This record gives sequence, C-alpha cells and structure tokens, in this order.
Amino acid sequence: MADVLTLDGIRKSYNVGTPVETEVLHGIDLTMQRGDFLALMGPSGSGKSTLLNIIGLLDRPTGGRLLINGEDTGQLGDSALTHLRGHAIGFVFQYHYLISAFTARENVMMPMLVDCGRPDAAMEQRADELLDRVGLSKWRNNSASNMSGGQQQRVAVARALAMDPALVLADEPTGNLDTKSADDVFELMRQINRERGTTFLLVTHNDDLAARCDRIVRVVDGRIAG
Amino acid sequence: MKRWLPFEWIAAVRFLLDGAVQTLVIVGGIAIGVGVIVFMSAMLAGLQANFIKRVLTSVPQIQLLPPDQVARPLRGQPGTIEAAVVQRPTQRMISIDQWPKIRAEMQARPDVVYAAATASGSALALRGDTSRAVTLYGIEPEIYFKIVKVPDFIVAGEAQVTTEGILIGIELASDLGASLGDKIIVSTPLAGNRILTIKGIFDFGNKAANQRNTFVTLRNAQSMLGLIGGVTSIDLTVADIYAAESIAQEVQAMLQVKADSWIKTNAQFFTAVQAQQNSNTLIRLFVGLSVAFGIAAVLIVTVIQRSKDIGILRAMGTRRGQILRVFLIQGGLLAFVGSVLGSALGALALFTWHRSARQVDGSELFPLILDVDLFVWAAVLATATGVAAAIAPALRAARLDPVVAIRG
Repeated sequence: MADVLTLDGIRKSYNVGTPVETEVLHGIDLTMQRGDFLALMGPSGSGKSTLLNIIGLLDRPTGGRLLINGEDTGQLGDSALTHLRGHAIGFVFQYHYLISAFTARENVMMPMLVDCGRPDAAMEQRADELLDRVGLSKWRNNSASNMSGGQQQRVAVARALAMDPALVLADEPTGNLDTKSADDVFELMRQINRERGTTFLLVTHNDDLAARCDRIVRVVDGRIAG
Repeated sequence: MKRWLPFEWIAAVRFLLDGAVQTLVIVGGIAIGVGVIVFMSAMLAGLQANFIKRVLTSVPQIQLLPPDQVARPLRGQPGTIEAAVVQRPTQRMISIDQWPKIRAEMQARPDVVYAAATASGSALALRGDTSRAVTLYGIEPEIYFKIVKVPDFIVAGEAQVTTEGILIGIELASDLGASLGDKIIVSTPLAGNRILTIKGIFDFGNKAANQRNTFVTLRNAQSMLGLIGGVTSIDLTVADIYAAESIAQEVQAMLQVKADSWIKTNAQFFTAVQAQQNSNTLIRLFVGLSVAFGIAAVLIVTVIQRSKDIGILRAMGTRRGQILRVFLIQGGLLAFVGSVLGSALGALALFTWHRSARQVDGSELFPLILDVDLFVWAAVLATATGVAAAIAPALRAARLDPVVAIRG
C-alpha cells in the first residue's frame, strides 16, 4: 500500500538567485502511512510552517520530491495541484478561519461545493453527518461568527473531513483554545483518526498533546532532529 | 443555499450581504450616478424633441430649389473682349426642370419619407385700404401637410385649401382686420387681383411666419405666379433628421437642383443641438467613469478584507478561475442593482421636474419621454461597467498566494 505522504530531500530557499538567498529547509525526509497521527514540533522559525505549506501544496519546494498518495507533485501544474489539494488534503488552522458569510453547515459543505460547482442534497446530508460527528448538529444553521472558538474549531475539523481526504494538516489547531476546548478538539481528531484511518499531521507547541500522538517529529533549523 | 445557484454566485451574493453597509453605500453611489444619467438623457431627449418639433414642423427638412442662375460670358473666342466684372444676373422665378420626375425619384428613395411640390412667390394681400406683402405657397395639401404640419397650428377654421380658399397667419389676419370666412384680395404682378376666402387661420408661434405665409392650392399659385405647370421647390421629410444635410448634398450632386437642408438653413440651432448632445455625452461618460472607479475601489477593499477567506477557499481546492468569477459577479451585481434603483430614481426625478418646470406660457418645458430602451441600456451598460471595473480587483484576488493570504 502506497504511503500517504512521502518527503524525499525536500529543500526550500527564499530569494533564489539573489545575494540574500536563504535556505530554510535543508533536505527533509519523512513518510506517513494511512492512519498515522503525527506531531510536528519545533521552535519558532525552525521551518515547521514552511514545511506544512509545502506538504499542503500551498507552496512548492525548491528541491526534493513530494509524493501524495504515491503521486509525484513536482510535475503537476497549478490547476492539478489545486485539484489534488481539494481532494487529498484537509486543513485545520490555528485561527479556525471559517468563512463568516456562511453558516456552520455551509462552511462544512464548502469543499464539496467548490469541487462540484452547485449544492445538492447529498452535500447537505454529508455536512449534517459530519456536524453530528463533531457534536454540533444543533448549531448547524448558526453563522460562523456566532460560535465559540472551540465550536468553530470543531466545524473546521468537520470541514477538513468533507472530501474524505487521506491527510489532514492541522496547524496548531488548539493553540488558540482554552485547555478544555483544546482537549476536546484533540480528542475529536484522535477519534476520527482511529475510526476512519485518516492520517493526521499536527503542528503543536503543546508537549502534553504531542505525547498523546503516535509519533513526534522535531524540526530544528530546517532539519529533522528526531 | 439555493440548489440551482453555482458556487460563484452563492459566494458573491453572500460576501455582498455579509458586508451590508459597504454594499449599501456603493449601491447608493451607483444608483445616484445612473439616476443622473437616466434623468439627464430623458430630459435632454425631451427638450431636444421639443425644440426640433418647434423648428421642423413649420419648415421642410430638405428643400429642392431650381439651381442658381449664373451669367456665362463667352471666353477665349478670338476677337471677343472679356468683361472685367461679370454681374450676377437677377434670379427670375423659374420652375424646377422635370419636377414630376424628380419628385417621383425622391419619393422612391428609402431615406425620404414624403416629397411635396410647391410653387411659391411674392404677392400682396389687400383688404380695404390695407395691403401687406406676403409669400404665397401653392401646395398639394394632402402631402404638404405631412411635411409642414399646418393643421396642428390652425386656431380658427380648418386646414382646407380649396380653389377659392386661402389659409393665412394670425398676424396677417389681425393686420388686415380680417377673420374666418372674410374675403381678401391677393394681387400678383402677372395675374392681377384674385379674391379668395379665408378658410383657416394658423399660429406658427413665429410672428414673421404668421405675417408672411399664406397657403393656396398649387394650381392657384401656379396661375397667379405665372408658373403654369411649374413648381419652385420640392419639399422633403427624411427618416433620419440628422442625415438631412448628407442627403441634401447627395441629391444636389446627382440632380440639376439646389438642395438646402434644415441643418444648413438653421445652422445656429443645429449647432446648439449638437453642443447639447456633446455635453450630455461627456457628462454621461464622466459619471460612468466615476461609477466604475467607485465599484473598483470598493472591490479592492473587499479583496483585502476577504483575503483570509480567499486563502482558505484556495486551500480547500477553489480554482483561480472560480475566485476571479466571484469578484466579477460581485461587480456586475452591484452595478445591476444600482442601475435598477438609479433608473427608478431618475424616473422619479424626471416626473417631479416635469410637473414643476413650466414654460412662461404655462405649457410643459419638455415632453415626458420615458423610453424603455433607455432603462434597458442603462442596466446593460452599468452591469458591463461593473464587470469591467471588477476585472482588476478580481485578478488581484485570483492571484493571491494562499500562504500569504492565510497568514494575513
């Protein structure tokens, strides 16, 4: 079975070809298999976010190979990358980033809507199921701006699962929540990981949460430290 | 979420509703701009129609006249002495050569609506011991009245021109102390005196025309002016009044006649109409431009405000083209809604102005012309302007780097 994610000597430099060229990732190797629950840790400025953006196909590496579900992304054009990102990767960000103009249910439907072009009953049903799974059925018609941080982050988790992606990237998903909510959101992701076998890559500064993950990968100065 | 709506429309409408105050302000701005355009266009069209009606209902749009008579000295003959100065000959009253053929030719042209032959010349109108110099127009009433709408200006009697009848202006009637049914003598050097009955009195709203113009049958005029079987002019109305001068020039180049259009004979008036049209176009252009810049400015701000939403949408697989369309639709929607409100605003202002603005004599300043086309065009052009104005902000949104957008 193919790995969900393979990083092979990933390098990233900024200001390429100028006197101030800076390399922030110096050859990262990493593989993740289906059902992995991995914590990515490291101090600020170590290159975690850059690495996460590259894995999320939001940024391109300047060297090395990145494979998602066994597909080499180096050869893909912008629209193919966008398509792959929409189908294979789900995002949960620190500041939840629900779209305030839409309700919780519509936010969960959004990745499917973007993909299909028009809303339909199946999308609504799937959004309702996901909201039910994250315990927010009652809140589905609430506008995103009328929900607490913890609730918004649960909606964000449901949204990340909408396309049933192989990989969910969570960038400090609990960084902005109180301890109770943080714990709830973490547990939710952990349960989904176990139930569905969805691979999770979690960037976190929280040692307690990291300890509850299957693996911890530390990035220091653009290299994997262990 | 409406099931039949595509994602781009849903997102565009929701983003506009989410920023309701901003949306209301810009829609208000667009509505005022479109309202001004609709109001000005309709009012100027009305004023212009009124002016043109006043000018063109009492004169033909094109008049074909016999060519100028010129002296042709014999030159270059051996033994002749050339005159240093060649005097212009007097312009005798002559008929247009082959006029029935020319009239038929004119009537057959697709750009000519009516062609009427008239015989006109000077005469004296006498009653008692009063005499007045008049211009005698010999007309074929059934067609001439379609060109110069004399029946519309009749204030007493009817626009009936019979063998024994004559139509005169209100000023002439007052000068001669004559009223409807009275007899007057019309005297010409060639035919002497002729007694005619006043069948109708008209008021063209122009003192000179009311004093001088008189209408009799073509046959009467021909015999009184010594033009048996001839006519002195062929009067035309054309389909497009602004093409009158070019048609006149074409006819003059083609036939042995002199052709004068209303544009040439009313040059000052025409210049005024043109200037008014030009200033109207300029005002419309600048109002349109300011509306376009307003839409662009608001959308640029929206793109900045929405950059995180755009970033997250891009992260979840939204294509650049979809983002581009979301903002183009927003531009079009803002302009369309603004133009509908603006059209209503313009029409309301027009009604109010039409009701309150009156001429000195109490008649309406301009006819109320509310052309559906004007509103349709206002909406279509405004929407197109909105979409065009949204191009730059939409491109900016589509090109946003999701990493930068999410980081804010």
